[in-house]
Amino acid sequence: MTMRPITFFRAGSIDEAVAAVSSHPDSAFLAGGTTEIDLLRLNVVQPTLLVDVNDLPLTYLEDVDDGGVRIGAMARMSDVARAPRIVERYPGMSQALLLGASEQLRNMASMGGNMCQRTRCSYFRDGQSPCNKREPGSGCSALTGINRGHAVLGTSEQCIATHPSDVAVALVALDAMIRTIGPDGTNAIPIERFFLRPADTPSIEHPLAHGELIVAIDVPALPVARTSRYVKHRDRASYEFALVSVFSAMRVDDAGNVAELRLALGGVGTVPWRAHRAEEALIGRPATPENFAAAADAEFADARTTPMNEFMVTFAKRAIVRELSEVTS
Amino acid sequence: MAINQSTAPAETGLRGPRGEPVTLDVNGATYAIELEPRVSLLDALRDHLDMTGTKKGCDQGTCGACTVWMDGRRVLSCLTLAYSCEGHQIATIEGIAQDGELHPMQQAFIDHDAFQCGYCTPGQIMSAIALLREGNATTDADIAEHMSGNICRCQAYPNIHAAIREVRDADDGG
Amino acid sequence: MSPVVGKPVNRVDGPDKVTGTGRYCGEIVLPGLAYGLIVGAAVANGRVVSIDETAARAAGGVFGIMTHRNTPKVANQPRLIPSLAGQPAPGESFFPMQDDVVHYWGQPVALVVADSEEAAAHAAALLDITYEPGVPVATIADGRASATQAKTLFGGLMPATDERGDVEGALAAAEVTVDATYHFAANHHNPLETSVTTAQWDGDRVTLWDSTMGVRASQLTVASLLGIPLSDVRVITHFVGGGFGSKAMVWPHVTLAAMAARHVGRPVRLALTRPQSFTSNGHREEQEQRITLGAGRDGRLTAIRHRKLSVTSPFDDWAEPATGVSTQIYGCDNYLGDHQLIHGNTMTPTFTRAPGESLGSFTLETAMDRLAYELGMDPIELRIMNHPPVDNHGNPWSSDGMADCLRRGADLFGWAGRDPTPGTRQEGNDLIGTGVAGAGYPVAFMMPVQHARARIFHDGSVVIQTSAQEFGIGVTTSMSQVGADGLGVDMDVLRFEAGDTDLPNTTSAVGSMGATMQSSAVHNAATTLRNDLIAHAVNDGKSPLHGLSPSSVKVADGRMTSTLDPSIGESYADLLQRNRLLDMEALGSWTPPGMDTPHGLLTFGAQFAEVAVDKDLGLVRVRRMTGVFAPGRVLNPKLARSQLLGGMLWGLGQALLEGNQIDRQSGRWALNNLGEYLVPVHADIPDIQVDFVEVEDDVVGPLGVKGVGEVGQVGAAAAIANAVFHATGRRMNELPMTAEVVMNGGGPG
Ligand SMILES: Cc1cc2nc3c(=O)[nH]c(=O)nc-3n(C[C@H](O)[C@H](O)[C@H](O)COP(=O)(O)OP(=O)(O)OC[C@H]3O[C@@H](n4cnc5c(N)ncnc54)[C@H](O)[C@@H]3O)c2cc1C
Ligand code: SF4
Ligand code: FES
Ligand code: FES
Repeated sequence: MTMRPITFFRAGSIDEAVAAVSSHPDSAFLAGGTTEIDLLRLNVVQPTLLVDVNDLPLTYLEDVDDGGVRIGAMARMSDVARAPRIVERYPGMSQALLLGASEQLRNMASMGGNMCQRTRCSYFRDGQSPCNKREPGSGCSALTGINRGHAVLGTSEQCIATHPSDVAVALVALDAMIRTIGPDGTNAIPIERFFLRPADTPSIEHPLAHGELIVAIDVPALPVARTSRYVKHRDRASYEFALVSVFSAMRVDDAGNVAELRLALGGVGTVPWRAHRAEEALIGRPATPENFAAAADAEFADARTTPMNEFMVTFAKRAIVRELSEVTS
Repeated sequence: MAINQSTAPAETGLRGPRGEPVTLDVNGATYAIELEPRVSLLDALRDHLDMTGTKKGCDQGTCGACTVWMDGRRVLSCLTLAYSCEGHQIATIEGIAQDGELHPMQQAFIDHDAFQCGYCTPGQIMSAIALLREGNATTDADIAEHMSGNICRCQAYPNIHAAIREVRDADDGG
Repeated sequence: MSPVVGKPVNRVDGPDKVTGTGRYCGEIVLPGLAYGLIVGAAVANGRVVSIDETAARAAGGVFGIMTHRNTPKVANQPRLIPSLAGQPAPGESFFPMQDDVVHYWGQPVALVVADSEEAAAHAAALLDITYEPGVPVATIADGRASATQAKTLFGGLMPATDERGDVEGALAAAEVTVDATYHFAANHHNPLETSVTTAQWDGDRVTLWDSTMGVRASQLTVASLLGIPLSDVRVITHFVGGGFGSKAMVWPHVTLAAMAARHVGRPVRLALTRPQSFTSNGHREEQEQRITLGAGRDGRLTAIRHRKLSVTSPFDDWAEPATGVSTQIYGCDNYLGDHQLIHGNTMTPTFTRAPGESLGSFTLETAMDRLAYELGMDPIELRIMNHPPVDNHGNPWSSDGMADCLRRGADLFGWAGRDPTPGTRQEGNDLIGTGVAGAGYPVAFMMPVQHARARIFHDGSVVIQTSAQEFGIGVTTSMSQVGADGLGVDMDVLRFEAGDTDLPNTTSAVGSMGATMQSSAVHNAATTLRNDLIAHAVNDGKSPLHGLSPSSVKVADGRMTSTLDPSIGESYADLLQRNRLLDMEALGSWTPPGMDTPHGLLTFGAQFAEVAVDKDLGLVRVRRMTGVFAPGRVLNPKLARSQLLGGMLWGLGQALLEGNQIDRQSGRWALNNLGEYLVPVHADIPDIQVDFVEVEDDVVGPLGVKGVGEVGQVGAAAAIANAVFHATGRRMNELPMTAEVVMNGGGPG
């Protein structure tokens, strides 16, 4: 526990915000604060300057390229979830948002901040245990520790921390684009390249330069997403991160074959997990429970488990099969 | 586009880390106090403004005891810096009863015995009133889901639901 | 008989709670208040090698840093004895920061005091502490080989073994046997207010605002540890944000707050952070229980063997007793109950709501369900036929009600016509099942004489006082009711004052005993004062009641009238004013019957649950719960219902969500916040129904009040587990019954 002395700056413009952070090595953006203040208090992050970006004009939602939506980075989760164009075009994304955190947190949390939220791994959060993500090279306590909730996909010998976001699962399925402005100008990062697997550098979670500000998230037009869904399975009925969550958008053609499929998983991966293998296994094939099961098997073929989180593989496969079967019927 | 370094904040734009004057608008009144930037809205209320009705249950965003409204929306004061609240209107449990007259939600909580130790209660009430305003309390399942950010360890939940239903239905009728 | 006792009166402290004006112990404003923060050990076993304070002292705002090097030695370390006994009641027979040895993760190794909470937290993080770590042993898995048979439990108050008849012989001869082993994860109380103490010295006297379940226990313990007279320690507690056992005993931080205030020469507030609340006020210990039942084909129990293995601290033989109910709720001539302990690197475990019997009963009541299936009998009938009219010593129950609770519950729940075949009901992806369990919780008369004072002023207003206080159970309200009826005044003119050791003694309201103890003392004080006032009137030549026999005077609304002619009478106020008496007062006392009273003492109940189990994913959701209880006289049904509801939902949490374990590498609790240690939220709450069976009890005190704080939880988890079996055909041998436990067929055992 700490509350280190900090300097505070309320940015009046994007340029000001980017300049303020990029010119101070120990600085960070402060959006809703639901990750940043929590981790500051836990001594997991140690900024000395916080640059408040809440006044920036980034709370908008607007249409782009025939049917896509651009979401300002400072739009709040609760507002995005209930925005009519999100509810109509991407219902699964709306559901993912509403099933995350609590109403109070959703009123605070920004979409940009959500992309940058940190893992809930308790060894990371305790500020003390060996943890490669928090302190590169110190080891990973979770590998041989309590790891019931840890990831089974995309892990490495260095880190098995689960990515906690719900909405990011929807966004990877939708091939969203992260738009940024940084000290070196603007950038657009396809979302799957935004979330980095731990590999040998678990402390590096995304490709943003220091001081690079997410300004918007573009969600492309995708007709099949109009029937998308998000189911979140968890121990308690609400106010908990996912044990396993499934985002799906599927179209089955008249012959009963899967014509289009977007499938992504939460709770099981070190990053919001796009189920590419399952998608490939199914597209063009009959939409049957057997094929769904085979696709789920393919997705988890390389899963790496521990005795405590082994059940997640079965759990997730069953969740996938159920979800796709329900969508089909 | 490259960022012009000249737009870096003037030294005057940086505040802290020592205490500096801050103006907070709480329950319609303006308070000028000296605070360090690291102070949360929750601690500012409790330790600097002596408004201890807003409770600290976790300081981690996991319980809802610290729920207040910012510009009419319910938020968690433990994860909000007081400095970020300048220019915004904060409402706390202390401002809910008007002229000594309990708000219908407060009265309903008493009538339905919707608390035991009372420590979660201000947060529950701030959430419950906001919930009705948000309009997401149509079914029992809606109420339960949208109140789930407020933990009651005494498990007064069934009674809280009854209190909320009563106020909702009275509102609808009137 | 009485106008307000038994009525569903609203809580008298409701307005303070709904407006946020009630002051809890961390909300006391004192000039010059400083903020303390404990620094907990980052190893679970070993030694503190060095503490470098340089950076912390330079951080600004720091008034003082205490470590083992400068912390005063305690004068007298009392042994652990439950606070109900009315003696010093340390949570563990150990006080930290007396030397450099670390026994458990989070054990206080330093305390920082600063001018703000933030400054204290920052300085604490800057303390550079190095350890010489040892290998921690803190779990059953690691300590099993070192387990030993405990001699006594509960600080020596209870024998650890309870044996009668010939269990082995009876089991060998039994026509039917059931044998089951369970593993239970540890539980943490997590009241919404973490423990906090504000300490202020005035010369040699210290005042503590302490979030305790019993001010007297704090006073006795702190005085003993500091070596100062009781008269120099005052403890004040007006509001407590829940306890559930975590505030029943007095943990080191309370005395550390007093020490810190003396150290810095200022008042100090010492609050535990939420993570610290997992390492500072005990827990329900990790445990394993094994039960073996023997019965005849007719369903009569012939043998019960019930054993528990659990982890305790290096200093104390603590185990929550598991066999206090299983030894007596069902009649059985051959019984063995015992407790084995592993001394490991944890702090001393402690009372946690429905201590002991919630898990002891889980074991017994799920075993009874297995037996019912073995025999093909209805589980309700099996219980009723085995429930005896006397306890295990042959003493009649002070009051019973068990069978009525089961029958009433069955009616309310709709038990009749249930197809007992498991796995037959499915709705969508969910398997549906229903289950039942019996409930009992001991009434423990280990406390000393209880006192209360009633005082009436010459305007007719009344103050009733006793020391032990409110922490959510509603004593402020129910004692106002008891006092008003006892004295014969309206509740509006009466104020109940409590939560201050300067007031007459009552013991910590723990073990569900608060209402019994306090109502007895308050009732006696109020009726004594009433009798004194009546005696005064009939002896007063100027009173219209002069010359009447006291027994022919009755009182209502503060007015004494003749029972023969209601027009003859006068008010208390008139009597006092005429006699120029500014007030009159009486002390009431109540001597508990004692542990050896020749009566069986249990509060009974019955629990029913309906669950939906996701057939593929193993997730269990409770749909309905019904609980019926026989807690003697119900002082206030509204509050009693709330307490029982709370207990039942605690049972739901215990069944499905709540479990903590120690990381075997570090010895640290794996979960240390409310985001991961899952307690039920609004969305987890089923349809829930509570009812009472009224039983008269003239043994447990003048009003016949048994407790409602614990029994609501007993049996709730068992009813849920029995329902999960009915739904799935799989027995659950682990709590909590998380998805993987259910998916994998119930766990070991
Ligand atoms: C108790 C609890 C439960 C939760 N449950 C869920 C859940 O179920 N599902 C879920 O998805 N999430 C959940 N969350 C996480 C929550 O959604 C995130 O904390 C939130 O989205 C972060 O957004 P923020 O605006 O508060 O970010 P902040 O906390 O302000 O910032 C987070 C990080 O992002 C950086 N940052 C912020 N904005 C930008 C930007 N525009 N560009 C670049 N960097 C930026 C900050 O510097 C910081 O490092 C939960 C959080 C809590 C506390
Ligand atoms: S899993 Fe990752 S975050 Fe967790 S301890 Fe290992 S390295 Fe750290
Ligand atoms: S104190 Fe803010 S959520 Fe718990
Ligand atoms: S009333 Fe005690 S936590 Fe809700």
